[in-house]
Formats: sequence, structure tokens, C-alpha cells
Amino acid sequence: MTRERTPLLLALVFLFVVSFGVLLPQWAMFIVTIAIARGLVALGLLLLLRAGLVSFGQALYYCLGAYAAGALGRFLGVSDIFVEMLAGGAVAAAIAFVLGFLLARYRGIFFGLLSLALSMILYGLLVKNEALGSTDGFNILPSTLFGTRPGAGWVRYAVMASAAVVALLAALLVHRYLDTPLGRLAPAIKDNEIRVEYMGASARRAVHVKYVIAAALAGVGGALAATTVGHIDPEMAYWTTSGEFIFIAILAGTRNVIAPFAGALLYGVIHTTAYDLSPNTWQMSLGISLLLLIIFLPEGIWSLAGKMSARHARRT
Amino acid sequence: MPVVLNAQGLCKTFGAVTAASEVSASIEKDSVVGLIGTNGAGKTTFINMITGYIKPDRGSIDYDGRDITRLQPREITRLGISRSFQVPQLYGSLGVFDNMMVGLGIVLANAGLGGYFSRGSPPVPGYGRPAEEVAEHLLGRFGLLEYRNRNAQVLPGGARKLLDIALTMVARPRILLLDEPTSGVSAQEKFGIMQMVLDAVRAEGTTVLFVEHDMEVVSRFAQRVLAFYDGRIIVDAPPAEALANPEVQRYVAGKRA
Repeated sequence: MTRERTPLLLALVFLFVVSFGVLLPQWAMFIVTIAIARGLVALGLLLLLRAGLVSFGQALYYCLGAYAAGALGRFLGVSDIFVEMLAGGAVAAAIAFVLGFLLARYRGIFFGLLSLALSMILYGLLVKNEALGSTDGFNILPSTLFGTRPGAGWVRYAVMASAAVVALLAALLVHRYLDTPLGRLAPAIKDNEIRVEYMGASARRAVHVKYVIAAALAGVGGALAATTVGHIDPEMAYWTTSGEFIFIAILAGTRNVIAPFAGALLYGVIHTTAYDLSPNTWQMSLGISLLLLIIFLPEGIWSLAGKMSARHARRT
Repeated sequence: MPVVLNAQGLCKTFGAVTAASEVSASIEKDSVVGLIGTNGAGKTTFINMITGYIKPDRGSIDYDGRDITRLQPREITRLGISRSFQVPQLYGSLGVFDNMMVGLGIVLANAGLGGYFSRGSPPVPGYGRPAEEVAEHLLGRFGLLEYRNRNAQVLPGGARKLLDIALTMVARPRILLLDEPTSGVSAQEKFGIMQMVLDAVRAEGTTVLFVEHDMEVVSRFAQRVLAFYDGRIIVDAPPAEALANPEVQRYVAGKRA
């Protein structure tokens, strides 16, 4: 898949989801919407991974986004899905902007563990906060769309279609960003930060920007997940949630902005199937899938597209 | 010729080690200056202080009438002073052409060009041509076109050195500091590489300071020599005079008087 064809493919996938998605059963719409929410977080991880940074704490922003959406409904009575996603992204970006001054100074394991520590602090704060429901969390108001409430059978579809719109926009914006000088700096930061500095760029500033974008995407994803599930609790900030996002990011690879969504959907399917087949050992199935992936497709599922097109080119 | 770079009384110690002691030098525009001295004499410290990697304990560095002593490396690069490294600093996972494009992207971004909303390929400041063309042009000048799509990590030693220097040229610096441009290169290749580098760099009107251990290279390419010993500049003279100096003979070339 060449970079030039990515916007076209994105548009086709979007059209497919919003048109044929109508035919999906409600449970499948739920899986697709949650996959989009997680895909948004993984899209942010893609930005960081390209710069060689693994955040073990994206759940911090996922949870912040979810609680921002929840707070809107709980305290202001607002439940418009786009407003919720906007608020989730904005709150996450604002917090990331502040924390970024600290995080952007660190690399490697220190960056990873510091981000993990911050997410666990949020978890601890939420667990102790009774106004926000403590460990139980609280329920979210049913979604509205531009002030109207979709009919009972259409809520899931409306949320899924709205999610698809946001995912399309986010993917296009990130795709474009990757082509800007700052976006292209990511592998250079990963390879050789000294050289980046001596060529006149600030690696720390570039990392800070990527961190804020990744947080904003995670916040939007969190708000979307909150309104889809209808309930939020502190588990959304727990380290295992961050682990899921890393799983998806590794599953997807960093080659293309569509990959995180494909990876998230595949993760959802593996997770749901494994849970369905053996409720007590589903983690083992996930573990085995990750193991197989790392051995056979270390660059993620998107590398399959490259391999297939190379094979096709050899034949012709 | 007017002075573009003026270092005055630079001092730097690392614990008990004196890396620079009252180092002063004025570099004239368009000159080619060779820095010689044994290991630990203070050549690289001098380069590191000029490029902002190390801050001197005392003294000042003036570039084009501006005090740059306390600036960060990236700020100094933006002002027009670039450097290469003894051990080439490349973007190993990227191809040769992409290495150049990353550098040119930084130049464009620093000039406020090529941002999120820009379309097409804006001309690179200093070159007046799109980044792709500048990359081709510089790779051609440094004889690297044959490696265009090769990964930087797997380049032969000489090509790595040349790419390291080509990367410094994307910003079209006014002063270029080359830290041992021919180290790790075979004796046969040394003169060819140095000639190619100087041809390419001088064609852009750049003033050059280079660190070198091979005195033949120094006498052939430098117009002026700064000889370092024990953190000081012991001789500042044209090559023939400097290399014949008894102190240089004794402390730099290692010959007994």
C-alpha cells in the first residue's frame, strides 16, 4: 500500500462501515465501535512508536477522556456524542501538554515506566473519589446526536457511524502529519537524537508534540468507549488497559494509519472469540496470538499487505 | 578578510583535567583552517564549545558580532554553524536519500515552511530549490548518488563519512567544523575524500575548520593551522610554518628536536 493510496483506502473503509454497517447485528456494531475507540488510542501509539517511544500509560488519557465525557453528562447534562469526544480529546491534550514537559525529557524504559506510573496515579485517585463513584464508577447518559435522540434500534448504529467519522478524520490528519517535516522526524529521533539536535531541531519539542497528539487521540477514544459501553470505572486507567493498547499497536505495526484500526478490530475478534470458547483461559489465547505474531509478523499485520504486493509484483 | 568567528580566552576543565586553557582564535571568512594536536590536546573540546555541546567555564565565542557562548547546539546550527562527527552520526534505519530529506525537512521547518497546511515542495532556504532536488544535488556533489537508496547503516566507511558531512550541508552553513573527516578511511582514499569534501563545501561558500592527524592532508588542504597541546593553542600559522615549528614537531608530530 503506497502512502498516496492511503486516503482513498480510508475513504473506502469508511463508506463500507457506514453503509454495510447498517446490516450488522447490534453486538457486532458494539465490537466495531469499541475497535474504533481502541484504534484511536493505537493510532496515537503509532506516532510515539515511530519515534522509538513505548508508552505503557496511554490508559491515563483513555480514562481521562472517558471521565470527561461522563462528567459532561453527570454534571452538565450534555450527552451529545461529538461534544463528548471533543471534550475527552481536549481534556487529555491539556493534561498531556503539562505532563509532556516532564515526559519529553525521558526515553526508553524510563519514558515507558513514567507514563505507567502516571496512569496508576489517576487510577488511585479515581478509586478514592466517591463523587466519581469510586471503584464502581458511574453510568453514562444515553448518547444524543446533534441534540436528537436516535430511536432505540438506531443508537448503536448512530454511535458507530459517528465513531467512523471521527476515526476517518483522525486517520487523515495523522497521515498528513506524518508527511510534514515534524512528522518525518520520528524515525530520526529513534535513530540518532544527537544528529537531530545538530541539524537544528529540538527532539524534545518533537516528542512533546507527538505525546500531546497521542493523548488527544486516546482521550477521544476513551470518550467514545464510555458512551458506547454506557459505563465508566477506574479500570480504564489500570495498567492492563494500557497493555491492551500496546498489544494492538504491536499487532497493527507502524506502517500505516489504517493499521491501528485493523489491529484493534482483530484484537476485538480474538478477544471475543477466545472469551466465548474458553472463558477461563482467554488470556492464554491472546498470549499465543501475540507470540505467533511476533515470530511471524514482527512488523505487524500491515506488513502482510507489503508482502502480498511484493509477491504480486514478482509474478507480473 | 572579515572575521566571522572569534573565540576569546576559552577555558574548560573536567575535574583535574584541563581541556581548554585560554584558547583564543579568530577565524576569517572563506578560510580553511586545520586543527592539529595529539589525542586529548583540546581540538574536539574546542569544536564542542563552538557548537554548544560543551559550555566553557570562562571566555566567550562571538559569531558574526553575536555572542553564542551559551546557546544550544540547535540554535547555533540555525545561525549557520554546522559540524560533522569523528564517528558518523547518521539515521541508520533510513536510506541515504531519506537521511538528506529529514535534514532538509528540519531546515524547512525552521524557516516556517513545509508545515501542516502547505502544499507542494517549497524551495529550501539558501538553495532556492525543492528539497528533493537539493538532496540529489548534494548527494551528487559528495559522490553518494550510487548509494541513494541504500540503508545508511550498511554503507561502507568512506560513504558513511561523506554522508555525515553531506548532512551538515543541508542547512548551507557559513561555518563548517569537520571532526577528523578522513579518520577510518584508507590512506589511498584520504586525499580523494578530502578533495571532494572541500570542493563540495567550498562551492557553497563555507568557511571550514577541520581536525586532522595526517600532516600531509593538513599541509595540502589547510590555509592556516592551529596546533593544540595540553588544552592550549601553541602555534597559529600557515601550514608550512606551523609544521616546521619545533614545538609542533615535538608535541604534535612526536619528533625529537
